[in-house]
Amino acid sequence: MTASLLAVDLPYWAQSMFRVLGGTVAVLLAAGSIVYLFLFKMMSFMQSRLGPMEAGPYGSLQLFAEVGKWLQKEDLSPERADKRIFKMAPLIVLVSTFLLVAVVPFGPDDYFTNFDAGVFYMLAVSSISVLGILIAGWSSANKYSLLGGLRAAGQLIAYELPMVLAVVGVVIQAGTMNMQQIVVAQNTGEIFGWGGIGNPYVLTQFIGFLIFMIAVQAELTQAPFDMPIAESELVSGYMTEYSGFRFLIFFIAEFATVGVFALIASALFLGGWGVPFSWFGWDSIDSIDNWMNVAGPLIMFSKMLVLAFLIMWVRFSYPRFREDQLQRFAWKVLIPLALINIMFTAVLKVML
Amino acid sequence: MTKPKVPGLFKGLGVTFHTMAVTIKPKKYGGGAATVQYPREKESPPIRARGVIALREDNCTACMLCARSCPDWCIYIEGHKELAPPRRAGGAPRKVNKLDRFDIDYALCMYCGICVEVCPFDALFWSPEYEYSEPRIADLLHDKTKLGEWMETVPEAPELEAGAEKKKK
Repeated sequence: MTASLLAVDLPYWAQSMFRVLGGTVAVLLAAGSIVYLFLFKMMSFMQSRLGPMEAGPYGSLQLFAEVGKWLQKEDLSPERADKRIFKMAPLIVLVSTFLLVAVVPFGPDDYFTNFDAGVFYMLAVSSISVLGILIAGWSSANKYSLLGGLRAAGQLIAYELPMVLAVVGVVIQAGTMNMQQIVVAQNTGEIFGWGGIGNPYVLTQFIGFLIFMIAVQAELTQAPFDMPIAESELVSGYMTEYSGFRFLIFFIAEFATVGVFALIASALFLGGWGVPFSWFGWDSIDSIDNWMNVAGPLIMFSKMLVLAFLIMWVRFSYPRFREDQLQRFAWKVLIPLALINIMFTAVLKVML
Repeated sequence: MTKPKVPGLFKGLGVTFHTMAVTIKPKKYGGGAATVQYPREKESPPIRARGVIALREDNCTACMLCARSCPDWCIYIEGHKELAPPRRAGGAPRKVNKLDRFDIDYALCMYCGICVEVCPFDALFWSPEYEYSEPRIADLLHDKTKLGEWMETVPEAPELEAGAEKKKK
C-alpha cells in the first residue's frame, strides 16, 4: 500500500512490515479513539458528568493510565480451568479483528489486500470471534462464564444471518464482492441518472444499512444486545475469570471490532474512502489523483467515527433485551426484512 | 392510551443527546455537568447533613445511653464520679459524673444518628463536616477533644416552625 506513496519498489518483506504496522495502527487507533471519545467522554456527558479529567488535558491520557493499570495486575486463571485454551481465547478474539481489517480499503492504493471475495471473507472471518468467546466461556470452569459463552454463541449466530443478508443487497447492487470495487461503484454511481453525490448505498439500501447496523450492534454485544456480558446477571459472562492483560485484550478487541465494523459499514454503505469521482473529473479508479491516498484514510476515519458514534449512542440509550426477545427480533423481524430487501434489490437491479 | 413504540425509541436517543449537549455547553450559558470536580470545587452539604458527630463535653453525664444504643458499638465511654461543691451553703456535696474518655470510632460508625437522638442532655450534635478521612484507619477513632472541636462546625439549630411546641426546660 505504501509502495506507491513513496514511489519506490519495496521488497516483499518490507511491504509486509508496512502492512502489519498499518493494520496495527488502523485497529488500535480506532479502538483508542472510540474508547476515549465515546466510552469515556460521550458516555459521561450523556450521564451529565465530565468523565476522566485528571490524566492529561481533559483526561486524554486516561487510556494509558488504564492500560498501565491492567498490565500491572496479576494474570490469574481458575484452578480447574483448561489453562492452554483459557489463555488462547482472548487472542483468538483479537486476531479475528486484525483479520477483518485486511479487506478494508482506505484509499485507491491504500489497502492491505485487494481481494475479489472481500465481502465473503469479511463475513466468514467475523464469526471467528464466536469461537474465541465460546471457548473462553467453556474453559473458565465457571457456570456464569459458560452461560455467557452460550448466550454469545446463540446471539452471534442468530445475528450473523441478517448481517450476511443485509450485505447481499449491496453486493447485488454493486455487482461485485470486492470491497474496493464496491467503494468505486458507490462513487461513480448515479441515482436515477443523477450522479451529483455518487450513489452511497445508504440511500438506496437504507433498509439494508439499518439491518446491518442492528446486526453489528448485536455482533459486538453492545447494549441493547449485551446479554452475553450482562454484568448484572452474569458478572460479565465469558470475561468473568479474566484479569490483567488478558482482560485488556478482550477489552481492546471489543472496541477495535466496533471500529473495524464501522469501517466496513462505511465502506459498504457510506462510500468508503472516496469522494464522488465526478467532483474532480475522474472517471475510473485509475485516473484518481495521488492525494486521495492521503485523504482517503482520513475520510474513512471520520466516517468510522460517525458510525461508531451511532453505535455507542444506541448503546448508552437503551436497556438490555431479554433473551427470547433478542432471538425473536433476529429471526422474526430482521431476517424476513432482509430477505424482502434482497428480493426488491434483485428485481430492481434486473429492471433498471 | 397506547403510543406507538418507534417514537419512544427515538425519544430515548433524544434524551441522551440532549443531556450530552447540556453537559458540553459552558457553565455561563446554563450548561455543565451535574457533578462537581471534588478536590478543586466543593459541594456545600445541606445544614442537616450527617457528616460527623460533635460532642459538647459539659453536657455529657456519662450516662452511657448512646454507647448502649449504638448498633455498631463504636462509642467508648469511661467516667468516674466526683464530688462537687454543694449548690447551697451548708448542703451536702453533689456527686457528678466526669468523663475520662469519649471516643467514637468512625471506621465502625454507620451514621445512623441513634446516639444523637437518644442523648437526654443535648451533648451530641450532627455536623455537616465530611472531610476527615485518614491514611491510617486507627486515626478514625476520634477522642473527646477532637469530637469537641467538631462543635465549631455544628450549624445553629433552625428556627422552630410557627405554632410548634416549645421545648420544656
